[in-house]
Amino acid sequence: MSQADDAMTLRGSVGVQSKTPLFWRILWRTLAYLVTGIFAIVFMLPFFWTVSSAFKSVAELYIFPPTWFPETWQPQNFVTIWQVVPFAQWAWNSSVVAVLNIVAEVMAATAVAYGFSRFQFVGRNVLFVVLLSTMMLPIYVTIIPRFLIFKTLGWIDTLAPLVVPAFFGGSAFNIFLLRQFFMTIPRDFDEAAYVDGASSFTIFTSIILPLSKPALSTVAIFSFLASWNNFIEPLIFLNTAQNFTLPLGLTWFRVVPMDTGAPRDHLLMAASVTFTMPAVILFFVAQRYFVSGIVMSGLKG
Amino acid sequence: MNVTVSAHKSRWRFSKTAIRQNVLGYLWISPWLIGFAIFIFGPMIASIGFSFTNYRIINETRWIGLENYTYAFFEDDLFWPSLAITFYFMLVSVPLGLLGSLLLALLLNQRLRGESIFRTFYFLPSLTPAAAAAILWVWILHPEAGLVNYLLSLIGIDGPTWLGSTKWALPSIIMITLWTGIGGGRMIIFLAGLQSVPQELYESAEIDGAGSWAKFRSITIPMISPAVFFNMILGIIAALQVFTTAYITTRGGPGRATWFFALHIYTNAFEYFDMGYASALAIVLFFILLIFTIIQLRLSDRWVYYAAG
Repeated sequence: MSQADDAMTLRGSVGVQSKTPLFWRILWRTLAYLVTGIFAIVFMLPFFWTVSSAFKSVAELYIFPPTWFPETWQPQNFVTIWQVVPFAQWAWNSSVVAVLNIVAEVMAATAVAYGFSRFQFVGRNVLFVVLLSTMMLPIYVTIIPRFLIFKTLGWIDTLAPLVVPAFFGGSAFNIFLLRQFFMTIPRDFDEAAYVDGASSFTIFTSIILPLSKPALSTVAIFSFLASWNNFIEPLIFLNTAQNFTLPLGLTWFRVVPMDTGAPRDHLLMAASVTFTMPAVILFFVAQRYFVSGIVMSGLKG
Repeated sequence: MNVTVSAHKSRWRFSKTAIRQNVLGYLWISPWLIGFAIFIFGPMIASIGFSFTNYRIINETRWIGLENYTYAFFEDDLFWPSLAITFYFMLVSVPLGLLGSLLLALLLNQRLRGESIFRTFYFLPSLTPAAAAAILWVWILHPEAGLVNYLLSLIGIDGPTWLGSTKWALPSIIMITLWTGIGGGRMIIFLAGLQSVPQELYESAEIDGAGSWAKFRSITIPMISPAVFFNMILGIIAALQVFTTAYITTRGGPGRATWFFALHIYTNAFEYFDMGYASALAIVLFFILLIFTIIQLRLSDRWVYYAAG
């Protein structure tokens, strides 16, 4: 695989004569485009098929050979889903949970990261390692007692279990990311403020937070995605269909027969597309925060 | 920078600054500390405790010692098969996932035209909620009306029933997992790793007459080994906990062909309400993960190369 070699020759490395003759360079380039294109097709084809199926009528769903584009466009599928199942309620539930999660996690994770990055306290390093190791903890080790805690509190079948943990810092990943970011903010700013008599809270709100907008955006995005896509916890904590979040609702819709027992794959596809849209839109709007956030966490220290 | 000279330390520890730092430090991390105690540490201890009982919520709970564990290892018909399925899944999907993400990262690193469009295409499947992806793929793998079997029929192959076939269900889930997994965060991490390799290394290798394969093997691979390590650990952790895809697509079938260990835990806990036994299973999973992680950390010294600076 001489992809790396190709990259070198094509970055216009100044002063280094490439040994690869033009013929090979063109061949490799073509091969690269080909493979890249094939992967692009493999990744996008399922989406295309889903969207296409979402616009089909029931009759057209099962004909063989299947059609790539619907013969008769049925955009009303996207309307029907709101009528036959409590789609609006599910969307509302998911949104409420997502928004609360974002707000809570940004607040709590920044505070905790501030503590870890700016203060020297006994056991700091040990606790930080503990924090990191919680990222590797299988969810199943804690979920049964957590279920029982919430049961005792009477919160089962409400949205509370999906929201409350976020107020305590939420995911360790976000705390880690923010802490790494805070450590790149020079302490001189802090110190100058201390000299002027500022409290740690003032420093937090007036210096650290305003400088951290990119990192905060990244945390908000990750928090939204984790909450919007979450399936296991709603599955365990929610019982009645009215209280479901979207992923749970869609799964339920798939297996619970409607009155007529009619096939509903077209509706399922329409629902899946609608369900995925917010995440996709978010990506288009905030691409670089995705990338920079992942990079910040992946590279050590 | 906090430089503490050891002779100075004992005096420093009780100074006003030190006390202030300790108090404030703990104050600021208190949300996490409290949350950790209530939602993580406490439950963990509780799980360990439950695993030694026959807790079923509505019964009279009594201590049964290691009975849950002996039942798991010697009597539960599904215990070993589900471990085997989960391990098989891990052994296939993690290496394929690593190779896939690395390949995509290498492709994106080529500075081809339309790079950002390709990156978007590659990233989109990873944004799809697991539930939506599962529903989507059930439809695509539909034996009659599905995309895959249609494409296969175009080249004359009669496609299997995929998720409905005991032979193909597990590979189908592997396929779905790879589709959603290789183009996402792991790819970005590899990409960042590739782009951080210093150009001078390649240039001096070229001057010494190194061919492209030699450069890849001796420069690229060692320099991105931290990224490989990171992705591998995350990959194994995730693979051993697979649940959502299996639950939605097959519910563990057909005929227990996709009865992942996570499904086993879930079913025992929330369908049979055998909390004691389920907790024991969860602890077993925890130890498996712990052992894997420790082994990997130990081995990493041998092959992971951390460039100094």
